[in-house]
Amino acid sequence: MTSTELTLGPVYYLWDGPKWRDFYFRIADEAPVSRVIVGETVCSKRQHLVDPYMDAVTERLEAAGKEVVVSTYALVTLMRETKKLRALAANGDRLVEVNDLSAFMYLDSRPHTVGPLVNVYNAATARLLKTRGATTLCLPPELPMSSITAIAVGDPGVELEIFAFGRVPLAISARCAHARSKNKIKDNCQFVCAEDPDGLDVRTLDRQPFLSLNGVQTMSHTCQALLGELDALRSAGVSRFRLSPQNCDMVAVAEVYRAVLDGSLDVETGKARLTAIYPDVPLSNGFLYGKEGAAFVEHAADS
Amino acid sequence: MARCCSRSRVHGADLPRRNPSAFRAAVDAGADAVYCGFRDETNARNFPGLNFSREELGEAIAYAHCHGSKVLVALNTFMRAGAEEIWYEGAREASRLGADALILADMGLMAYVTENLPEQRLHVSVQASASNADAISFLVDAFGAKRVVLPRTLTIDDIARISKAVTCEIEVFVFGGLCVMAEGRCALSSYATGKSPNMNGVCSPASHVRYRREDNEMVSELGGYTINRFGNDEPAGYPTLCKGRFDIGEACGYAFEDPVSLDVMSEIDALRAAGVSALKIEGRQRGKAYVAEVVSTLKAALDADPERRAVLLSRLRGLSEGQKTTSGAYEKKWR
Repeated sequence: MTSTELTLGPVYYLWDGPKWRDFYFRIADEAPVSRVIVGETVCSKRQHLVDPYMDAVTERLEAAGKEVVVSTYALVTLMRETKKLRALAANGDRLVEVNDLSAFMYLDSRPHTVGPLVNVYNAATARLLKTRGATTLCLPPELPMSSITAIAVGDPGVELEIFAFGRVPLAISARCAHARSKNKIKDNCQFVCAEDPDGLDVRTLDRQPFLSLNGVQTMSHTCQALLGELDALRSAGVSRFRLSPQNCDMVAVAEVYRAVLDGSLDVETGKARLTAIYPDVPLSNGFLYGKEGAAFVEHAADS
Repeated sequence: MARCCSRSRVHGADLPRRNPSAFRAAVDAGADAVYCGFRDETNARNFPGLNFSREELGEAIAYAHCHGSKVLVALNTFMRAGAEEIWYEGAREASRLGADALILADMGLMAYVTENLPEQRLHVSVQASASNADAISFLVDAFGAKRVVLPRTLTIDDIARISKAVTCEIEVFVFGGLCVMAEGRCALSSYATGKSPNMNGVCSPASHVRYRREDNEMVSELGGYTINRFGNDEPAGYPTLCKGRFDIGEACGYAFEDPVSLDVMSEIDALRAAGVSALKIEGRQRGKAYVAEVVSTLKAALDADPERRAVLLSRLRGLSEGQKTTSGAYEKKWR
């Protein structure tokens, strides 16, 4: 079996610049992840808040031996978004991660990775993207194990990655529900999403936590946590696991995953540690079992 | 058709089908094209009692062609890994039965059709999430797509810009349901119920809906989550997840969108000027009287002068969900 690597996904939230920079500096110095995806993914209005720190962050990560992949926008409708995406794709220095189909046009079969927001549901699509230069596919979080296995069996010739930790990106809209909840509109949002560095809770009218708003993106309230499933996924042919940054100690999260993968930490202890590192947010893994994504299924292999 | 096209680039009114009788109602009312799907997980309207068997589709296509309408067959879910043959077979069957176009979302399926059914006209479903000119051009280059259905996330200005930059036809939704989220990229339903538009062809499925009375309120639930509460003076609407009332911080209300439906027919001229060549009317789970009324009225409105058009369109308002409508993202202030 080949080695299994960890990827740190892009920060989906709007964190203030110094916090964002310091987060990555610490990842560079301490986190056992081999690849880090960096860059604004959710809302192009935030781009100028990240830009001043981008060079320092990528240099520090690369100096620490991490592979840096530049993230791109998930929803591209404006001219300035197209221009930015085109510029990132044209820059041959680093791989980019594709989150919108238009990037395939600019990449022209040059190597790239494909993020979890691109719809890869089967081996036919995986093979097609491979021929267009994809080297890694992070599969959509809603895929059940049976699909992941079938894609791997179809031998697409690319590295398969699974979204293993973090609130799940569930939807994206042209409209900003986050701004709307604070009586703002998207065009004059005053970046109110920065007030909620771990998303803004959406509760049902019975006060049950349900979803989480992050600007134009809607995320799960629960934190997807695949730990007991890592072995089965690895056996199925998955060679990378993605940790999606939450407002918690992500170095500690990466250490838990690394230790479970290396067999030096058992799943139950790992789970208990995750709960301590990221308290108050329930863990879920239902998508992998073909159930509702919010569910947590206790797996026999856990014990 | 040629005469119609010389007056305007808008020449299509594409109607959905509920079942064979609603399909015939759409054809009889003058829809230029009617879209439909097989009765299985291959199409994004996989609701009980809807859609067509192979035999019914064959009859429907014959009926439509006889009356001058085209038939567009939607195979617009994403192929379940390991079961791709269901979609491949659907594409071959639709093609053999004479479908005028296949509406597809999955790039793997598009590749199959391009390779194995090279003569078959291919349309890009809204579920494919092609929301800009370059994404569309990619699909045109890679798979020879002849038309794209745009997501309901764009303004009319955006549409005009896209239409100038692409070589395929543009189709937009003008009347009926409104997705608030970018279509084809929404897992809200599967998060709450395990069933999703992309994989199962359903959103907020009835199998997971429950209504319960609590004191003076009717509570609607989806997958055990309360989606709304209605007082005695309010009609209890269907709990579509993104149209529910939620608590956020200090606020309580419709977090994503009010229970409204889409109506941009008053913008026909602007859409026409933007380069739109087909108008799509969404009407899942509608009856044949609704279909006949909407098609014939919109068809008449396309050619009417502004005054007459306003009268025609006001007739349709009463048919809309909750009787309230919005022009959605087509107007920038919606965002």
